[in-house]
Amino acid sequence: MAFIQNLINGIGLGSVYAIIALGYTMVYGIAKMLNFAHGDIIMIGGYVAFCTYTYLGWPVVAAIVASIIICTLLGITVEFLAYKPLRGATSLAVLITAIGVSYFLQNIALIIWTSNTKSFPNMVSFMPSVSIGDITISGTTIITIFACILIMVGLTTFTSKTKLGKAMRAVSEDRGAAELMGINVNVTISLTFAIGSGLAAIAAILFLSAYPTLIPTTGSMPGIKAFTAAVFGGIGSIPGALIGGILLGVIEILAKAYISTQLSDAIVFAVLIIVLIFKPTGLLGKKIREKV
Amino acid sequence: MGEILKVSDLHVYYGNIHAIKGVSFNVNEGEIVTLIGANGAGKTTTMNTIAGLLKPRQGEIEFDGSSIVGVPAHKMVYKGMALCPEGRRVFLQLSVKENLDMGAYSRPAAEIEESLEKVYAHFPRLKERSKQVAGTLSGGEQQMLAMGRALMSKPKLLMLDEPSMGLAPILVEEIFEIIKELNKAGTTILLVEQNARMALSIADRGYVISTGNISLTGTGQELLTNDDVRKAYLGG
Ligand SMILES: Nc1ncnc2c1ncn2[C@@H]1O[C@H](COP(=O)(O)OP(=O)(O)OP(=O)(O)O)[C@@H](O)[C@H]1O
Ligand SMILES: [Mg+2]
Repeated sequence: MAFIQNLINGIGLGSVYAIIALGYTMVYGIAKMLNFAHGDIIMIGGYVAFCTYTYLGWPVVAAIVASIIICTLLGITVEFLAYKPLRGATSLAVLITAIGVSYFLQNIALIIWTSNTKSFPNMVSFMPSVSIGDITISGTTIITIFACILIMVGLTTFTSKTKLGKAMRAVSEDRGAAELMGINVNVTISLTFAIGSGLAAIAAILFLSAYPTLIPTTGSMPGIKAFTAAVFGGIGSIPGALIGGILLGVIEILAKAYISTQLSDAIVFAVLIIVLIFKPTGLLGKKIREKV
Repeated sequence: MGEILKVSDLHVYYGNIHAIKGVSFNVNEGEIVTLIGANGAGKTTTMNTIAGLLKPRQGEIEFDGSSIVGVPAHKMVYKGMALCPEGRRVFLQLSVKENLDMGAYSRPAAEIEESLEKVYAHFPRLKERSKQVAGTLSGGEQQMLAMGRALMSKPKLLMLDEPSMGLAPILVEEIFEIIKELNKAGTTILLVEQNARMALSIADRGYVISTGNISLTGTGQELLTNDDVRKAYLGG
C-alpha cells in the first residue's frame, strides 16, 4: 500500500514537471533553443501569485489569472529583448544569453522580494483529500494531475486541429518552408513563449502549493528537473514531456522512499544518463530520415 | 501581356562569397521561363532571393508592379508568389492534407476547398494519401505534394526549383506534363532545372546562368539548338 501511495505522489510531482517540461520542449521545438530562464519564470509566477493572494487579498482565481498574465507577458518580453536579436547566432551565444536572463530575473526578485523565505499558501486547498483504504491522495495532488491532463489534451488538440497549431508544427520542422507558406515565424515564436510561460505560472502555483518554500532561486531545481524530463521524453515532443515528467517524478519519489533522500536527485540524473546512452534522442525522440 | 517579374542587376552574398553577380532577367505573364545552369551556378540562390528567404546586397526585384526587395518571405505568398523549394521541403511530420492546409495558410477559409479539389485533380495520388504522414511518401509523391502545396496559395507566379530532382524518367515526364497544364490554366511559371532538355522544350524563354551571371538567353527552341548550350548542358 505504501508503494501505491508513493506512486501516486510521484505522479503528482511528475505532473508538475510535465507542465514545466512543456515550456522547454515547445520552445526548443519551435525556436531551437534551450530557454534556461524558464525556471525563473516559474519563480516570478510564484511571487506574483503570492503577492496578489496574500498581500492584496485577491481571490484564488484572480491571483492565478494575474500570475498567468504576468508570466505570459514576461515570456514574450524576454524573447523579444534577449533572444530575438540573436536569431541566427550560434546556439552557444543563445544559451549564454539565456543563463544571463536567468540570473537577471533572480536578481530582480532578490531586489523586489529580498532573500527571505516566503511561505507559499496552499492555493488549491479548496479540493479535499481523498482516502481509499490506507491510501490518501491530497487535494493538491488531485488538482495537479487533473490540471496536467487538461493541459495535455488542450495542447494536443491545439497543435493538431487549429490552423495556428499546425503552423507551429510546420515552423518547428522547417522554418524557411513555413515562411514560404506565409507563416510569420517571429509571431509563432512569440506565441510559443507565451504558451510556455503561461504554463509556467500554473506549474508555479501547483508546485508551491505542495512545496511552499518561495525564494528567488525557487525555480531552479524544478526547472532543471523539468528540463531533464523534457530531454528524457525526447525534447521537442509534447507527449514526450508528459511521459518524461511523470517518470521523473515517480523515480524521484520512489528513490526518496526506498533508497535515500539525499541521493534521490543523483539517482534521477543517473537514470537520465543511462536512458540517453541507449536512446540519445530520448524516449519519444524523433528520428526522421529525409527521402531523396 | 505585362511583365510580372523583373530582376535587375541582382547581387547576393553568403558572407564574403559573392554568389550572384549582377543577374537580370524578366518573366511575362502567362510564360514559362526557365533558368538553367551547372551545379553551383546560383539558380537556387536567385530563386530564394526572389522569394525573400535571402536578402540581396544590391539590385532590384519587381513583382506585379512593385518592388519586393526587403519584403519578408512570409508576406510574398500574399502578393501572389509561391516557391516550391529545392529538395521539396514538405513537412515530413504533417499529413498530406495538413501540408496542403499549410499551403493555403494565406487563403480565406471559404476558398480552400475549391483549391483542394483542383490540386487533387492534378495529383489524384495525393487524395488517396491525404491522411498519410508526408515522411512516409515516396520521393515522387513528396514532389507532387510540394507542388500541390505551392498551388494551394493560388499563385500568379509559381517558382519551381528542380521539380524533377531524383525522380524516375516516367515521373519526370508526368511532372512536366503537369507544369504545362498549370501554365495553360493561367499560372505563370519560373522553372529551375538540371534537366535542361526537358525544361527548354516546354519553356517559352530560357536563361543560362554560369557562376552568378546570365551568360545566354533566348527562346526555348533557340537555346535547345544553340551549340554552346548543347555542349555544356545537353550532353553534346
Ligand atoms: N548557405 C550557403 N553558404 C555559403 N555558400 C553557399 C550557400 N548556399 C549556396 N552557396 C554557394 O553559392 C553558389 C550558388 O549556389 P546555388 O545553390 O544557388 O547553386 P545552384 O545553381 O542552385 O546549384 P544546384 O544545381 O547544385 O542546385 C555555390 O557556389 C554555393 O556553394
Ligand atoms: Mg539549386
